[in-house]
Amino acid sequence: MTPIISLSHVDYAYPNSDVLALHDLSLTINQGEWVAVIGHNGSGKSTFAKLLNYLLAPTKGEIKINDVVANEENMWVIRDMVGMVFQNPDNQFVGATVADDVAFGMENRSVPREIMMKRVDAALTEVQMMPFADREPARLSGGQKQRVAIASVLALAPKILILDEATAMLDPKGRREMIALVRDLKARMGDELTVISITHDIDEAASADRVMVINDGELIETGLPSEIFANADQLRRFGLAVPFAEQLKEKLRQRGITVPDEYLTTEGLVTWLWQSISTK
Amino acid sequence: MFSNMIIGRYMPGDSWIHRLDARTKLVLSIAFIFVIFFANNVIGYAFTTVFTLLAIMLTGLGVGVFIRGVKPLILLMLITTLFQLFFVQTGDVLIHWWFIKITTDGVINSIVVFVRFMLIIMFSTILTLTTQPLAVADGMESLLKPFKKIGLPVSELALMLSIALRFVPTLMDEAQSIMNAQRARGVRFNEGSLMTRIKSFVPLLIPLFVNAIKRAIELGDAMEARGYRGGDQRTKYRVLTWHRQDTVAIIGFIIFTVVLIATRWMM
Repeated sequence: MTPIISLSHVDYAYPNSDVLALHDLSLTINQGEWVAVIGHNGSGKSTFAKLLNYLLAPTKGEIKINDVVANEENMWVIRDMVGMVFQNPDNQFVGATVADDVAFGMENRSVPREIMMKRVDAALTEVQMMPFADREPARLSGGQKQRVAIASVLALAPKILILDEATAMLDPKGRREMIALVRDLKARMGDELTVISITHDIDEAASADRVMVINDGELIETGLPSEIFANADQLRRFGLAVPFAEQLKEKLRQRGITVPDEYLTTEGLVTWLWQSISTK
Repeated sequence: MFSNMIIGRYMPGDSWIHRLDARTKLVLSIAFIFVIFFANNVIGYAFTTVFTLLAIMLTGLGVGVFIRGVKPLILLMLITTLFQLFFVQTGDVLIHWWFIKITTDGVINSIVVFVRFMLIIMFSTILTLTTQPLAVADGMESLLKPFKKIGLPVSELALMLSIALRFVPTLMDEAQSIMNAQRARGVRFNEGSLMTRIKSFVPLLIPLFVNAIKRAIELGDAMEARGYRGGDQRTKYRVLTWHRQDTVAIIGFIIFTVVLIATRWMM
């Protein structure tokens, strides 16, 4: 496995602030991985995301994306490799219509018009937004706008897709659709696409290969979703939500029922409940 | 709030005029304002009126829509007309009572001003009613291109314009929800004296400003993340194409102008 992102001893402090938003962050992410970064509000998740495509420059330490050092000089090379979807669906919609928005990134890279047309169509088909190509953003739902945002990133064929709380402002349906879309993309593109999702959402984090927990600017823990979610107490301590199955297990435990210690998904818990009732 | 205003609003359709290039419509609308001053007699004005009505028919929207569009401006037109009526002192005197003196020239002038106003407004509403704001922005950019040579940042202006247009509905929605939120907290808009009314808009405007700045910052980030670095080397996804009907429209307009100039010497 080749590392695609590596951070060594990265510090970041916002201008006019004495507190470090990120402190001594060192980590590597491998090519083709899907990593979820979780942490409470103000823990430095979004700062981390912005460092990865040089919207912010580290105060100290070094960031390498695909062996390119993130600095002023390589800024545009890095932005070609890293695509980003932000939280607010309205505030990242640059184009006047869906197709214009998808084309925006390509326009910036002086892609000839004929190629742009093909790639706009392909990207919109990918996210199932083709019938909406001529729509204006005011006539789309939040989930649809976010899908367009993903399409405009895909049209640029990045190696890394960063979802910076991209589902935070969506309703549950839009959120589920978006996670399903990313999952499809990931399944299709395999190691070609590395996904980093920065999120509060437990379901989104549970879809990932690996979860990183950031608390107050420091990397606390990294592991498989099952490892991280099994420790409900720790999740609560860091101000995070606990998956439904874990909540239920705890309620059962309070009523004197012995439940397995390892992490279970909702489906896993259903199976376990069936088994324990029918073997009684 | 602005539900009665028709100026600046786009009405979707698929008429001959709808399909014209935005550049053609822009140039002709501006040209019309100048050309109308060639008319100086009844025949000239009648001819211009017929031409305007013909253009309106071609939009397929019906004259009623245009008349409704002019309505909010009637007061302004009447005031200007009255000024002409009372202050033009030449010609034969029709009524002379106390300090009011109405003359034939005054009457003629006021009618002329009224008709001119009406025609110009109607003709320019054709542009906005039949062209998507975006196409107008594209048309403007393309027409301003020659000014690049003297250092006008045309592509930046065009981007600004298209982002501004794209955010109009978003900000309208936001203004509405802030207004409702403030109403729910007891702010009364449109009540009380002029001063209190003006003051009551502060709780609407300040959050709107703050949010607009937040949006601008986020939009800037999103644009940079997608590789925007300004400048002219950008390619364009949206292009305007010149069709045969645009040439037809331009030729039609030139014929109209020539005939209109000819009417000056007919009387």
